[in-house]
This record gives sequence, C-alpha cells and structure tokens, in this order.
Amino acid sequence: MSTNGMESWAVDLKDIGAIYPFQGSEVVMVIVGLVFWIGWHVLQTRHENAEIEADMAADRTGEETRKAIDRH
Amino acid sequence: MEGNLNALTTIFTEFYYWVTIVMMFLIHVGFCMYEVGVSRRRNHLKTLMKNAMAIPLVTITFYFFGWWIYFGFPNGPGIAGGLVTAPFAEAWNPLMGTHLSGVSPGETGVTPTDAALWHRLNGVFWGAFLLFSITTASIVSGSIIERARSGAFWIVAVLVGSVLWILDASWGWHPQGWMVKLWGYHDAYASGVVHAIAGGAALAFLIVLGPRIGKFRPDGTARDIPPHNVWLVTIGLFLIFTGFWGFYAACNIPLISPATIAGQITGETWTATNIYLAPTTLSAITFNFLMSLSGGMLAGYIVSKGDPFWTFSMGLCGIISASAGNDLYHPIQAMLIGAIVPSICYKLHYFVERRFKIDDAVGAVAVHGYGGFLGVVVAGFMLWGQPSSPYEGFAHINPLGNFAGAVLMFVLGFVPTFIVCKILNSMNLLRVPAKVELEGVDFALNHAFDASVREVGTAEKAMIK
Repeated sequence: MSTNGMESWAVDLKDIGAIYPFQGSEVVMVIVGLVFWIGWHVLQTRHENAEIEADMAADRTGEETRKAIDRH
Repeated sequence: MEGNLNALTTIFTEFYYWVTIVMMFLIHVGFCMYEVGVSRRRNHLKTLMKNAMAIPLVTITFYFFGWWIYFGFPNGPGIAGGLVTAPFAEAWNPLMGTHLSGVSPGETGVTPTDAALWHRLNGVFWGAFLLFSITTASIVSGSIIERARSGAFWIVAVLVGSVLWILDASWGWHPQGWMVKLWGYHDAYASGVVHAIAGGAALAFLIVLGPRIGKFRPDGTARDIPPHNVWLVTIGLFLIFTGFWGFYAACNIPLISPATIAGQITGETWTATNIYLAPTTLSAITFNFLMSLSGGMLAGYIVSKGDPFWTFSMGLCGIISASAGNDLYHPIQAMLIGAIVPSICYKLHYFVERRFKIDDAVGAVAVHGYGGFLGVVVAGFMLWGQPSSPYEGFAHINPLGNFAGAVLMFVLGFVPTFIVCKILNSMNLLRVPAKVELEGVDFALNHAFDASVREVGTAEKAMIK
C-alpha cells in the first residue's frame, strides 16, 4: 500500500496518470486551500487594523509626526 | 537515425545543464546581496569578500576531489559495497578536460563507454553539482557575519562544499546511493542533502563562534540588530528565488528512455526523471515550486506580522520544506507544507536564540537547517510506500528511512564542522578580536578609503582657480 497507489515503477508510462499522494481527495484539498486563503485575509486584516490603531493612538501632540515628515 | 537521436539527446542534455549553471549563479549573487544588506556599514566589504571567495575555493577543490567523491562513495563504502571506480571523475583523467566521443590511440584511463557518455556531459554535470556545492557552503556564511574570520569560513566552506554535502549526495541523492537502496530515502530537490546539512554546519559554527558583541542584553534577552538595507536583502532573496529555478531544473534528468534507465520501466515513453531516475515532469516542479513559495510567504507574513525579512525568508523556507517531495506532491499539498513548516521554523529560531543564546544573523539554521530537516521528515509520511527507485530491490519510501536520513544529514553537517571550528578556535583562527569587532572588520579598509578620498579631494580643490 502506498500513498499514490504505486508499488513499483514496473509499468509502461503511457498507462499511468496522476502520481501525487492521496488521489481522490482533490476537492477536499481545494476546500482546505480556499480556507487557507480566506483565513489569511482575515488574519492579515486583523493585524493591519491593530497596526493602524496603534499608529492612531501614538503621537497625540503631532511632534513625532512632524519629525517623521522631515526624516522620510 | 537512432544515432542522430542519441546525439541530439546528449547535446540537448548538455545545453540544459549549462543553462541551469548560469541560472544558479544568481543564487550566489543573491546570497552576497542578502548578507551585505543584513550586515552593518562597518562590515560590508569583508562580508562581501567572505562569501564571494567561496566561489573559487569550492570550485577548485570540487574539481580536485569533490566530483570523484560523488561517484566513488554511493556504497558508503562498506555499507552496501565497496568503493566504486570512477576514472572519468578523477582530476587527472583526460575526460576531466576538452574531449570528444572517441578514445585517442595511447590514451590511458578512458574507456569507449565512458568517452561516449561523459565527453559532453562531464563538464556540465560537474558544473551543476558545483553550483549546489557553492550554495551549500554559502548558506553557512550568512549566519556568522560581523565576527567570524574570513579564513575560518573558507576552510569550513571547502569542508562543507567539497566534502560533506557531496558525500551525503553520494549516499542519498544518487541512483545507487545506499540510503536510497536500504532506507528508501527520498529527497528529490535536496531538502536534506543541501539544506539540512548546511544548517547543521551553520549551527555548529555558531555554537563555537558565539554571538556578536551586543546581541544579548546583560539579562540574557536578545537585542534586534536590524538589516542595514532591507532593499538589498529583498533583492538578494528574490535573486535566490530566481536562481532556485535553475537549482530545481538541475536536479532532474531532462530526457531519458526507459531502455537507458534499464530498471523496471517498460514501454517506449521517454521522460524526465528525478536524480533517482524515477519519472517526473518540469510541469510538476513548476506547480509545486510556486505553490510552496507562496505558502511560505503567506504564512511568513502572518507569523512575522508583516516583517519583510522574515516574510521573504519564509518563502524560501517554504520551497525548502517541500523540496524533498516536490517531484510527487500535489500543488496544494506543497502549499500547505510550505506554509506549516516555515511557521514552525520561525518559532524555533527565536526559541533557540532565547534558550541557547545562538546569534544566527540571517536565520539560516531555521530556514535551511530546520526547514530542510522537517521537509525530509514530512516527505517520508506523505510518500509512504511509494517506490524510491525504478530499480528492483530498493526499499520503498517510508517515514523511518526519511527520519533517519534527515538526522544523518544534519549530523553530518554538524559534527565535522564543530570539530574543525573547535580546532580553529584553539588556534585563535575562528573569531576576530573584540577590539576589531567593535571597530568593524572593515576598519583598516575604510580608513584607507577615507584617506584616498581626502587626498584626491584636496588635490582637486587645489586646482580650483
């Protein structure tokens, strides 16, 4: 038993199709991949919100902002 | 007609490897830019030269003995057989120079079979393997910047680049390697044979070398020493990504007939293969390279909270962690492995830094060492039961074989490098004195540069009327 159904290379290559592991679970893999992608956007947005909130909370007087404008 | 087809295949293969060599040079350009970008201004020149001089040193030593080790040691020797005769790879053999397909009268050490096969392929195969060697040595270089002596690194570069990695390649990255035969070891794009061994060597060097002055506070917590030029780091890493296309292509045999493999494959279908001569395609590795890179960058962005240095490094780690099985994975599997393993490596980097006071300036032990190690282990599970080779009687790929192989790779990099560094340290040849480290290793060069600029400037000003 192997994860791609192949036990040996004693085959004619013209008769062989997919050779990746866990064939038949393509739809599940795509769903997991989509969850990963959407999850990334959720986490990234949370992180960016926290970053912007921190920036908003900083420098109440505006002094550091003036320095940043001069520096950058 | 058949003769012409064989000739075309040989010349195509020759050109294919030649192109990969050119592409892989970009890896080294990238490493140089990356290291200089990470180092502080007073250490730029020595950092650059330390890395760059690995190219000629590994090149000449790989010519003298590295190439022969690959063909001589697939049995151990003493594990699956004896030393293998490989006259075409001996530095004094006529096939290690300009040669055509015949055997000149009176020419010794060249058989008609060797001449027919190697006259066009020896140089380009040697060159492609050499670029792997330079890459492996170069991985160690970045970790130790700003305090290691260049001469110490160059000795270790030859050890890692022209002896250790090519020995493990002979064992686990060769169609007849004993690890493949007996353990079913599978590591198609060198997670272990290049990256884990280089990571092991880098860790050993760092343990003996110690951290940079100022890296740790008096209470033992680590200070951040940020890259001086994040743009240079970024371009360097993107050049490494680009060069890795050549690295991946060079791990394949581009075109071969089942009859030439002479294993169990039947039929007439010609194919590309991995280094074990098992079928794969350039399309497969294109899918998986890009998906594992993307998985690594996406995960790296989240775990590092958008830090560019770590986001791009984790992209590289994503590729490395999927490389062992990227000839066979599904692209989504490559993406998920490329996301999960780098996240673990990132955490491990900071854990080891905190716990053991290891100052790895570029995170090479994490990206290459832990990433490569875990990549080999994961491949053992993902590819469990699949044939490791087209030849009969080889062990199948399995978790234990790949785990043992990953340990062997890391240890083979770690132990000899640790011993050599200890010897160099005992002779005061490993680390620059603290005064020089504080001045910056470019101190004298910078003084000479400033003096030259002042002198020319003074002379020019004197000519103003």
